[in-house]
Amino acid sequence: MQELPMDEILDIAFLLQTLRITIPYLLPSVGAVFSEKGGVINIALEGILLAGAFCTAVGTFYTGNVLLGIVCGVSAGVLIAYIHSIITITFKANQIVSGIALNIFALGITKFFCKILFNSSSNSARIEGLETLNLPFNPFLLLCIIILAISYITIYRTKFGLRLRAAGENPEAADSLGINVNRIRYAGVLISGALAGLGGAWLAFEQHSFTDGMSAGRGYIALAAMIIGKWNPLGAAAACLLFGFAESFTLQFQNSGIPTQFIQMLPYVLTIIVLAGFIGKANPPAADGIPFEKKD
Amino acid sequence: MDNYAVEMTGITKIFGEGFKANDNVNLRVKRGDIHALVGENGAGKSTLMNILYGMYRPDSGYIKINSAEKTFHSPSEAISGGIGMVHQHFMLVETLSVLENIILGDEPAGFAGIIDYNTCRKRIKELAFVFRIDIDLDAKVGSLPVGIQQKIEILKILYRNAEILILDEPTAVLTPRETEGLFKTLKELRSEGKTIILISHKMSEVLSISDRITVLRRGKVTGDLHTADTGKSELGRLIVGEEIADLSVKVKTPFEDTILEVKNVSIKNDRKFLAIEDISFLVQSGEILGIAGVEGNGQTELIEALSGIREIDSGTVLLNGKRLQQNDVIAHIPADRHKHGIVKEYPLYMNILLGRESESGFSTPYHLKQKELINYTDNLIKEFDIRPADHGQLMGGLSGGNQQKAVAARELTKDTDLIIASHPTRGLDIKAAKFVHEALLSERRKGKAVVLVSTDLSELLMLSDRIAVMYNGTITGMFKAVQTDENEIGMYMTGMMAKDSKK
Ligand SMILES: Nc1ncnc2c1ncn2[C@@H]1O[C@H](COP(=O)(O)OP(=O)(O)OP(=O)(O)O)[C@@H](O)[C@H]1O
Ligand SMILES: [Mg+2]
Repeated sequence: MQELPMDEILDIAFLLQTLRITIPYLLPSVGAVFSEKGGVINIALEGILLAGAFCTAVGTFYTGNVLLGIVCGVSAGVLIAYIHSIITITFKANQIVSGIALNIFALGITKFFCKILFNSSSNSARIEGLETLNLPFNPFLLLCIIILAISYITIYRTKFGLRLRAAGENPEAADSLGINVNRIRYAGVLISGALAGLGGAWLAFEQHSFTDGMSAGRGYIALAAMIIGKWNPLGAAAACLLFGFAESFTLQFQNSGIPTQFIQMLPYVLTIIVLAGFIGKANPPAADGIPFEKKD
Repeated sequence: MDNYAVEMTGITKIFGEGFKANDNVNLRVKRGDIHALVGENGAGKSTLMNILYGMYRPDSGYIKINSAEKTFHSPSEAISGGIGMVHQHFMLVETLSVLENIILGDEPAGFAGIIDYNTCRKRIKELAFVFRIDIDLDAKVGSLPVGIQQKIEILKILYRNAEILILDEPTAVLTPRETEGLFKTLKELRSEGKTIILISHKMSEVLSISDRITVLRRGKVTGDLHTADTGKSELGRLIVGEEIADLSVKVKTPFEDTILEVKNVSIKNDRKFLAIEDISFLVQSGEILGIAGVEGNGQTELIEALSGIREIDSGTVLLNGKRLQQNDVIAHIPADRHKHGIVKEYPLYMNILLGRESESGFSTPYHLKQKELINYTDNLIKEFDIRPADHGQLMGGLSGGNQQKAVAARELTKDTDLIIASHPTRGLDIKAAKFVHEALLSERRKGKAVVLVSTDLSELLMLSDRIAVMYNGTITGMFKAVQTDENEIGMYMTGMMAKDSKK
């Protein structure tokens, strides 16, 4: 076995790579915190990432404007989240089933329109993207950090955040104080959609195109990160960073003589160790996943 | 003439198909009064108050607040109308702090909705000072004893400037001391001009604190009295519609086998600290051992260990001379019926089955004997007077007292020698409480061993043969019930006295 080149781990390119990988985990993961703090499990985040990437690609391609592309991606996320809300909050259907259905739907519909718009069911035309993504302080990265800070403040310091937490923890109590539980829950889910949509935009920009199924399970990993982070946006972000680091590490040392299977295994081993060993018992919001029925 | 804070006139509320929980009820409450609302379990007290608070809509009738007609469509409308309610089951968010719970729904916020914690902290501190309520605003609510949680509920109401306070059975879960504290607060509130409606099953409390009393029976008003002009027996008659006989005389039982033996047992609580340290006691056949103590001195952990929900750390527990096993059948009436006693979403007969599903009377290895189970339930409904008498009724739709009767019915009819009853009459009306008392005494006569935990000292003295007082995880005193009184036990409960109880 070769010596690990430690200086390579710490160099700036590696760091940037880690951040680049982390962002599309981090945004949906923080989004998931909003959704679940309010009491709604949103596994549709996987599909939202995908649809967000697709709509960003389409928007950017047709307008030639990166910002408008982002607007398209985020809108797509909000739209799917809205559907999830109607199904699970208004109609009180099972949240997991709705999420799975929306994921499958997103997979199909992106493929379908990709074929129509770009005449290929596997990838879109090349889009502009953000060249600045390779800079340490690119605007998108900055935006993510700001979003993280705002999310934390929103959840723990604002009126909305307090009500959101109450709605996910004891909706009857919130209701008895005149809080509209379902409306708060809608807001939580819509925010998760917007953030995951933004995560999708990042994916599209980074690859300069949309490719079929490009979310590749990131939405699920984001949910795992949220759980590891104990339903706290900062905790979730730290967990995402850990995943990003592990994955970046994998890429870095793929050709270093260490068996690649072993390296590829690392992120997952890391997850298991972290979950089993270091993180104490995490308590989800008490009413997470349970639709709220108002008394007559 | 128009000094009424609340006038409810001709209120009728129908649940399901024609069941009248309130039937043409009139309730008038004078401003600045403490007005008691009493009645049997299921009489419709909570329903009436939920209507006043805007949770339920009446099918007919109208409400006047300070002489102006009002219709509240939701609790938030009632709140802005100056009405606040402390529910029978607390409405607190356990993971939030005291402060957060109080301001929830009415948060002072500045830029971008960021809560102005300083302002509300100051405001709450002032309120707490005026009404002499003393709490740490930053503690997490879930970790606080019920007495404190109740004060949080009251502060929550005061914070919203309520002029009319509704308290639904506030003393059911309190110790005598906490009750005293609550009543002090209520008197303080009255002297500040607030109007209070108080629901309680405890006659002595009602008589000592209220100005007027309204009695409900089966949805109808059966009495409207000046507290000063009435007494226990009249009130009891109005509530249940008949004279309540005295409890049957407790004679010494002839049994002497030891059923339960607890030897040098230590138990850890959830936070891994010792909640019980090296305690030992025996319970004999035909004996009721009362356990007295302020809540939080290890009783919960002891009961959980005896009923098999919690592991013991060291020592031994013997049932009929054999080490207590997880699958030993024990009758257990838990203190928190919502958490441990019932499944609200199941019908009554399924709740009767809980924990008894492998009894051969109810099941074969392959299926449940539905018909037998339903017959059995119907018998229990009759025997324990559970209302409404419908085995298919969802448990959540039963009144608090009837839920408790159902749990008692299931547990006391189990085939076992040991009964563990934790606050078995909490929230029960006088008739139902007497029923449970009689049931426990009759099990005692049959030779069962009973461990009875209660904060109601008169109940303990009445039923127990011996009383063990717990303080700080140990037994500080063991008394023959006939040789002690509330004062002596009270001293041991607060740790002011202790005597060696080993052996
Ligand atoms: N949501 C509901 N659906 C159907 N029936 C109900 C509902 N709520 C209450 N009831 C019934 O209405 C009756 C009155 O109930 P309520 O809770 O008002 O009684 P209560 O006087 O408060 O009794 P307790 O002293 O046991 O709390 C009971 O028979 C109960 O079963
Ligand atoms: Mg009630």
